[in-house]
Parts: sequence; structure tokens; C-alpha cells
Amino acid sequence: MRQDHLITATQLSRADIEAVLDRAAEIDADPGAVADRYREAVLALCFFEPSTRTKMSFETAIKRLGGATTDMGTVESSSVKKGESLADTVRVVEGYADALVLRHPSEGAAKMAAEFVDVPVINAGDGAGQHPSQTLLDLYTIRENVGLDDLSIGIMGDLKYGRTVHSLAEALTNFDVRQHFISPESLKLPRGVRFDLHNSGAQLREHTDLAEVLPELDVLYVTRIQRERFPDETEYEQIAGEYQIDDDTLELADDDLAVMHPLPRVDEIDPAVDALSQATYFKQAHNGVPVRMALLDFLLSEGEL
Amino acid sequence: MSDRELRVSKIRNGTVIDHVSGGQALNVLSILGIDGSAGLGVSVVMNVPSDRLGLKDVVKVEDRELSQSEVDVISLIAPEATINIIREFDVVEKNRVDRPETVIGLLSCPNRNCITNANEPVETKFDVVDEGVRCAYCGTIIREELATHIDPE
Repeated sequence: MRQDHLITATQLSRADIEAVLDRAAEIDADPGAVADRYREAVLALCFFEPSTRTKMSFETAIKRLGGATTDMGTVESSSVKKGESLADTVRVVEGYADALVLRHPSEGAAKMAAEFVDVPVINAGDGAGQHPSQTLLDLYTIRENVGLDDLSIGIMGDLKYGRTVHSLAEALTNFDVRQHFISPESLKLPRGVRFDLHNSGAQLREHTDLAEVLPELDVLYVTRIQRERFPDETEYEQIAGEYQIDDDTLELADDDLAVMHPLPRVDEIDPAVDALSQATYFKQAHNGVPVRMALLDFLLSEGEL
Repeated sequence: MSDRELRVSKIRNGTVIDHVSGGQALNVLSILGIDGSAGLGVSVVMNVPSDRLGLKDVVKVEDRELSQSEVDVISLIAPEATINIIREFDVVEKNRVDRPETVIGLLSCPNRNCITNANEPVETKFDVVDEGVRCAYCGTIIREELATHIDPE
């Protein structure tokens, strides 16, 4: 299927995903082979919200392909501060670059941006919507560790506002995966995501207690529960505390469990877990570079994915 | 309804929207963007007995023939509505409303954080799905009380 942009995970077929992951594996094995492939290419970074991993890994990815970046900088230092619309900003920036990576606080921002420009747009997070390039690196990490079929995954934390969760859950419907969603009642999956999952025939179950499913999981994907989602500090501390894991929690888990997290973590994974063989989150973050190199390779070479 | 009970006289030319679910006539006018300011003759009858619907509304718009695409969006709140095109007092065309695939520019997205609420030069767009309508930008689904999301502009 031809894709000019990467906006949501629902647009990705199994074949699309496998093509990117296979290309990422080739690049990972021999990064030198593509070092000069995009010497003239410029990637625009438009981040209307803070980012460390996504922005830096896209930057590293285009540099390792021989290209360069042009960076809008922070909202405070740009024309956005003067009241410029997103539609205008992206139409200006497309004249400076061959592709555009966009993170924005409003849901649907990347979809709208893609309607205004001809260069490929990559959604690097739109509010509580989607974050599909994170999903590709998550899938790459899962495939590396346990494979992508006949798999049980637990996705835990803020499922309502977590954009990495929404994209991952939708992409996983392309594979033979049993999805367990573990969250407090108030942070369950939103109706729109549930609608897509049901339409795709997803095998999903919802839980409020991790212990119910932990022993059968191959992957545990942990996300941060944000303080600002709760009106009351005491309620936040009580609820967030129930969704933190440490080495004691993992005694119930399989030795081959892969514990993943899109990062940054605050206190939902105790640092004691870092030393366990199950801790996969730093490797997951490193995978951002080869996977984003592969994604850029598709979008820049053929103008499509 | 017999002529003796007729509450609004026949129109010479225009469109009669009949079998509107009782109480929805003003929402139908709102969907069509008809507020009287254009000078068209508009008659509204609300909550009259109907065999099929229990209570129904009827809307008559003089000197304007509404197209199928204009009226299909009415099906979202009045699925049983019928559209009669009138010329020289005769019904020359009678159509049912069909569910449209998309609704553009009519509804506002209830998600305050949706890009369509961010003062950008973009019209709202909703895909019609089994459960209701779904924002094409942020994915929010509106299931009930669609009329409350009609954008007055």
C-alpha cells in the first residue's frame, strides 16, 4: 500500500510493518552501507512539545543516512509564539526540507499538517492521539526479543491518554497477539481506540490488577501515569503506586519476559529492575535509530512507505 | 392529515421535509443552515400525530429545492425523513434520506484538544460509522445527541 505520510498506526498493514522492520534489521547489521544514501536530504524537526528520545533519534537517523536537520527550536523561540497557525508553519517549513517530523499538543495535528504539504509528514506525537514511529521501534524490539506471533502482551498504565499505547495496540492487531490492558478504571482505553481494536478483531482483555495476568505475559509494556491526570494528589499517589513495578513484582513473571517502556520513566519502574535480564527499555530506546533510519529510507527514497 | 386539519398551507415551489422525528425540526433547519435571514419562506410544524412515528415534524422551505447531498445529513437525526420537491403545488420528486459517508463542516468536535478546535484553517470532518459519527482528525466518536454538536456557524 502506498503511504505518503506516517500519521497513525491504523494505516500500517502487516506487510508495511514487516518491510520497515526488515529494512531496520539490515541497517542495524551494516549501518555503513547507507551512510551516504541521503547526502542532500534535510529533515525538518517541528516539535511543539518537549522531546528527548524521539527528536534526538530522528536527528541521529538522518545524520547516519548522510543528511542534515533543520530545527524549528522551541515554541517560545519561533513564530508560533507570535500566533502563527500550524497550517502556515508547515507550509513554510516544507520549503526548507525533504520531510517533516511533527510533534504537537493537539490530536489530529499531523493529519491536518499532511493536508497542507507535499513532503512526507511523520507524526511524532499528536496530543493523546498517536505516535506511530515509536510503535515501529516497539515492534522491532518485541520481534527481536520474543517474535511477533503467538504472543501475550500486557500494556499497563495510562491507556486513556497514552499515545504510544494507542498506536501500539492498533498495530498489534496485524499479528497473532493477545492484548491485556491493565489500568485504573479512570484511565482505560478511549472509545475511539476501542472502536478500532474491535473493528480489527483484536483479542483484548482488560484488568485492573497486573498480578492477574503477569505470569502468562511475554511482554510487559509499562507507561507513565501522569500526575496532571488526577484532580487530587492523594488519589494520584494511591493509584500510581498500584501500577509501579519492582524486582518483587517480577518474581511472578516468566524469566524471558521483556519489560518495555517508551520512556521517560519517573517511578513506575524501580531502578532495581534495570539489572534484571527482563529489562528491555534502554535497548528499546536505542532501536529508535535504525528503525527511524529505515522509515526515512522508505519515505525519502520512494516518497512512500 | 386532512385539509380541514391543515395547519400550514401548501407551498407553490420549494421543498417539504416530512416525517422528521418529533421535536427535531429546528435541528433540521440548523443542519441546513436555514435561519430565515436569507428571506426564504419557512414553515415549521412540530409534534403532529403520525402513524409511522407517533409524533412528527414537518418543515417547508419555499423557493428552494434542496439537493440530495444537502438533505442526506438530516438522516443522522431524522432517519425516516422524506424529501418532497414541489413545483406549481405538485410533488414532482419524492426521496428518502440516505446516510452520508462523511459530514463536512457541520459539526464541531467535542474534544477540546482536537486540532479542529485550535483556530486552524480546517473544516471539521466526521466519518459516519455504525455507532454514530467519528472525527476524522482526532478519532473522537459522537454517539448521542448529535444535534448538540451542530456548529451554529
